[in-house]
Amino acid sequence: MLQYIIRRILIAIPVLFGVTVLNFLIINLAPGNPVDMMVNPSATPAQLAATKHALGLDQPVWVQYWNWLVQLLHGNLGFSYSTREPVTQILMAHVGPTVLLMGVSLIVGYLIAIPLGIICARKQNSWIDYIVTGFSFFGISVPHFFLGLGVIYVFASKLLWFPTGSMNTLGGDGSFIDTFNHLVLPVLVLATGIGGNMVRYVRSSMLDVLGKDYLRTAKAKGLSQFLITNKHALRNSLIPIITVIGIDIPLLIGGAIVTEQVFQWPGLGLLTIQSITSRDYSTLMAINLLAACTVLFANLLTDILYAVADPRIRYD
Amino acid sequence: MAMKLNPNKNVPELAGTETSGQMVVPFEKEETYLHMIMRRFLKHRLACVGVVVFLLILLIALLAPVISPQDPAKIFNEFEAAPSAAHWLGTDPVGRDVMSRLIFGAQVSITVGIGAVAIYVAIGIVLGLVAGYFGGWIDMLIMRLTDVFMSFPYFMVILVLVSIIGPSLFNITLVIGLLGWPAIARLVRGSVLSIKEMDYVKAGVALGYSTPKILFQHILPNALAPILVNATFGVASAIIMEASLSFLGMGVRPPAASWGNMLTQAESITVLSSQPWLWIPPGLMILLAVLSVNFIGDGLRDAIESQNAK
Repeated sequence: MLQYIIRRILIAIPVLFGVTVLNFLIINLAPGNPVDMMVNPSATPAQLAATKHALGLDQPVWVQYWNWLVQLLHGNLGFSYSTREPVTQILMAHVGPTVLLMGVSLIVGYLIAIPLGIICARKQNSWIDYIVTGFSFFGISVPHFFLGLGVIYVFASKLLWFPTGSMNTLGGDGSFIDTFNHLVLPVLVLATGIGGNMVRYVRSSMLDVLGKDYLRTAKAKGLSQFLITNKHALRNSLIPIITVIGIDIPLLIGGAIVTEQVFQWPGLGLLTIQSITSRDYSTLMAINLLAACTVLFANLLTDILYAVADPRIRYD
Repeated sequence: MAMKLNPNKNVPELAGTETSGQMVVPFEKEETYLHMIMRRFLKHRLACVGVVVFLLILLIALLAPVISPQDPAKIFNEFEAAPSAAHWLGTDPVGRDVMSRLIFGAQVSITVGIGAVAIYVAIGIVLGLVAGYFGGWIDMLIMRLTDVFMSFPYFMVILVLVSIIGPSLFNITLVIGLLGWPAIARLVRGSVLSIKEMDYVKAGVALGYSTPKILFQHILPNALAPILVNATFGVASAIIMEASLSFLGMGVRPPAASWGNMLTQAESITVLSSQPWLWIPPGLMILLAVLSVNFIGDGLRDAIESQNAK
């Protein structure tokens, strides 16, 4: 077990290195030069060159990469090209809202999808199966921005039940109830996508397990249907579901960018769009790296969890 | 048997009984295989609906210059007009005919959906074949590269890249195409690993056929089924991706019409609440296009996997 975990972590290290290289290369494709945007338009060429030299931008790409990596390992992500604040500080201010939004959406999505998936598998081809399956198709097919605009139209603009966007009322007390009210609609949007996907996996995984011999045995020896479904079948069918969590994280990050834009939710997604608009590449690079590391870590974690839950995987 | 959702490989309830009697002469096998998949696919009602809807959208895209009532970029005097006989879906804040833009938007979705997937399927097939067939350090290198690409949240990295190289229809198709290959590569590699142990491949090697011939003519045709399913769902995701990028202003930009950029106007609360004809039709078109492709993918998967479960 320990050997498997160590091997899995060792594989992740070169991948992490590759992630930093690719991330650096992508941002270096950017046309123009950050110096041109930072300094006063009336600066002389000599001043420009001096600023470039001070920032290390006159060196070859691989030297720039190495400097950046060394700084990164020291926890220094550089300064924002547009506001001149340390990038770490900017990220810290936006991480909280995004983690709150994504975490609540993931939990709500799973809490709804897992029981529904089980019911669908138990009552395969019944009306409830068809309805839930229809909704799951809707969930995976509807673009986040269209659903977002739709719920704002219905619940915020027409019914006035919830605010149209942002995280707290301007000038409000910032209380828990206030944040909760602002959270409902974006969570609804993200959880629809997450849940729609999850229902399909739970249903098919459960169907798979329900056809297994050991469940026939459980039935034959007279166990109640409740015990069979919720103890024997559920446990085994949830194992493949662990990998779905690993798939969901990158999807959730993509969904969060669009959803945060629609609802003006002050998280990393909104920061991404702002950084793109203001060509703030140092911030963009940091967000991209953070997102990639999150995905890498989530994959590592799901692989290890999978191996813990299902010992057979280690022999593959 | 109307709706079936089976994202996982093992589908117990579909173990085919009808297929057992069809062990015919090997020469006719391929014909029979396609026929069987076709028959199973046609039983999937939603998948058939999906095909019809998708073909309709394709037709709208192809015939757009003919059927569109107006030039989609032409600016009329009346802006923000409500739907009328002259403008069936009204005009947008600039004064362009919404109906015409809706029709031309189909071209964008179809181009990105099919173009981007074609690019990444080609890349994924080549890398997957090479990694699986040669193994060793080549395999190790390609698979770690796949891990690196898979670590980046797909939408985010596409957004950043497109914003850097400049948003346009060509660029988003290219970027989605250049970044979408890892899943296909993994899939192909997995198939190759099992297929290359088959006797007919060994026979090909013994007969001295060239490696590309063995890879593309002997191994690839037998690994196509899962690629097809994956590519179909890929089309759906590329359509959503384009719409989202265009919505964010990082995709197809006005005056060119895309369903995604038509929804950008609805970020203004007045358009959202008092001019629903501007944003609900393009939103529904995206939903319809993506749903139809997902239904087709689901039908294909059921048809192919129940065949394999034989």
